[in-house]
Amino acid sequence: MSGPGSMASGAAGSAEGPGPVDGARAPEQALFPPGFSVSEIKNKQRRHFMFLRWKQQQRKEKLANKKKRRKEREALGDKAPPKPVPKTIENQRVYDETTVDPNDEEVAFDESTDEFAPYFNRQTVPKILITTSDRPRGRTVRFCEQLSTIIPNSHVYYRRGLALKRIIPQCISRDFTDLIVINEDRKIPNGLVLSHLPDGPTAHFRMSSVRLRKEIKRKGKEPTEHQPEVILNNFTTRLGHSIGRMFASLFPHDPQFIGRQVATFHNQRDYIFFRFHRYIFKSEKKVGIQELGPRFTLKLRSLQKGTFDSKFGEYEWIHKVCFSVMISGWALKILAF
Amino acid sequence: MASSARWNHVWVGSETGILKGVNLRRRQATNYVAASALRRDEGVCAMCWGDPSESEILVGCLDRSVKLFSTEKGKFTESRQCLGGEGSFCGLAVHDSSIITCVESGLLKVWRDASSENMETQVGAGVCRMRQNPAQPQSVGTGGKENALKVWDLHRPEEPIFRAKNVRNDWLNLRVPVWERDLQFLPGSEKIVTCTGHHQVRLYDPSSPQRRPVLEATYGEYPLTALSLTPGADSVVVGSSHGDMAVIDLRQGRLVKCLKGFAGSVRSVQCHPTLPLVASCGLDRFLRVHNIEDKHLVHKVYLKSRLNCLLLTSREKWDDEEPEPAAPQADVKEEKDELWDGMETVATKTVLKRRADPNVRETQLGKRPKKQKRTSAGP
Repeated sequence: MSGPGSMASGAAGSAEGPGPVDGARAPEQALFPPGFSVSEIKNKQRRHFMFLRWKQQQRKEKLANKKKRRKEREALGDKAPPKPVPKTIENQRVYDETTVDPNDEEVAFDESTDEFAPYFNRQTVPKILITTSDRPRGRTVRFCEQLSTIIPNSHVYYRRGLALKRIIPQCISRDFTDLIVINEDRKIPNGLVLSHLPDGPTAHFRMSSVRLRKEIKRKGKEPTEHQPEVILNNFTTRLGHSIGRMFASLFPHDPQFIGRQVATFHNQRDYIFFRFHRYIFKSEKKVGIQELGPRFTLKLRSLQKGTFDSKFGEYEWIHKVCFSVMISGWALKILAF
Repeated sequence: MASSARWNHVWVGSETGILKGVNLRRRQATNYVAASALRRDEGVCAMCWGDPSESEILVGCLDRSVKLFSTEKGKFTESRQCLGGEGSFCGLAVHDSSIITCVESGLLKVWRDASSENMETQVGAGVCRMRQNPAQPQSVGTGGKENALKVWDLHRPEEPIFRAKNVRNDWLNLRVPVWERDLQFLPGSEKIVTCTGHHQVRLYDPSSPQRRPVLEATYGEYPLTALSLTPGADSVVVGSSHGDMAVIDLRQGRLVKCLKGFAGSVRSVQCHPTLPLVASCGLDRFLRVHNIEDKHLVHKVYLKSRLNCLLLTSREKWDDEEPEPAAPQADVKEEKDELWDGMETVATKTVLKRRADPNVRETQLGKRPKKQKRTSAGP
């Protein structure tokens, strides 16, 4: 067996049967049974060879088609039809019908009476409990500490293997309004469960790209105790509105502009980017910003009505993999347009 | 617009108290509100048809009031406070011009128009659903959390006719918990199908000597929240709290097909009695209508509030249009006829102009009758 020459003849011979052995014969002339595909050949070397040959054929055809089209284009000259626009994700995006219209009365009523209404009517002050999954490692612990410096009125507690369903009634009795649980896997934080407490929705996120303060380049000094402003970008759909309000209810209502600190939740294509900056206005239009604090990226996995109860709770929205791609081929955005 | 309420295919009740009528042919949803101001504690928790001809809907709200909505007039006509017990309504039914209500604390009450003689029974705490047997209107079934299925006869309210027994202990010899979320009576026999919060679908037969379920099938890992019978009555459509909807065969107890599309918990499912359509609504604020046979989504409507319950009209022809738009068209046609007649008589007077431009005039005259024909044919 000496190389591709005999291999080709062997392959062609096996496929064609008792016909004349000719390794360079094109596959169309071979007497394959109908419905035969390259993947049915059991011998790996022959299969590989047949596949390469098929690929070369495809490439040749593609180049030939391209040349033909170019020639036709030049022949037609001015009368040629305009070039087709290539498909991109931005082109193929379908308008999400759940996008909230600012004048919509029904949605406005829904929001003014939902679970966050006490916060937005200034009846409650946010008090947040931050905890982790059991036995957290150093990175997660430091991340929780830094988060608690950013979010005013928050407390970090060590999770001593307690069940969340037992923690929640105790939190409610001590007037906590939100519960944040940072999930850890292999020594890095990778999940976030945010539960609004009296009986509010629970959102489960996947967290990625966590950068602690010392890993951020060109950072400023420590964040101070001033209450930051909150910026929520691009939460346009109904689901986005609910999540945006959840984030807004973590921070106290009145930002202290003296502190010049701002927390930003920027939603782009279903990923929520969190950044914490200190800004200074150098002139009317020029701003200098300094990044403080941790940064992380979140992606919503599910929104459950009611406090944390993953088994028997009712879900308002779940990320289902089969629906992340529309039939036309591109992604349907859930949280933003 | 008021009379077009009759032509709505699906009626959906939302958590904000709005009753929505959806016309799938014209793809419109209209909101009907009882009072001018919306209130959250008037959220709809139960709905049923007021009469067999489906011209009235009884809407049960969170503040324990039952409102009567007339589809003929397109507005709420009456309201009634049905107090007693705690919790929201978990079932509404109509029998002989009296309303049967059941609340979550277990109080089952029959309200007659005269305020005396209201009959009531205690069904047991934690009731999730109460339904009426369509073949025998005086028997109702109830089920709930740690509250096994019971079938009651309203003429003898002291004791249930049928009280189901829990299944045997499982393989670890632990008691199997009971949580009946939804139930339906099978037509033609006394059998009852229930779906539980522990992802089981059970079939009970009161006429058989055993009180345990005759058939049990499991589906998925999440609580099943809604149940409905398909037209042939040999399979059921169940919806879960994770948005999975499936068709399960009752004769063999196996899964036939899954209907995809929901992203949130399914609150209510209803099949059409003859056509292979199933409508479902849930917490993700969408109303979806699927075709049972080939599984694909026929309609999907975004209704802006979380939806609690729905009613599907059992009308045969879904493409019926209102006869009203034809009437204004006829008037317009008559007016146009008069116009054209008037103009023709004017034209015959101006003979001189005709000689000047014979071709133009003739073609114009020739055109007019054709135009008439087009307008009378209509859109």
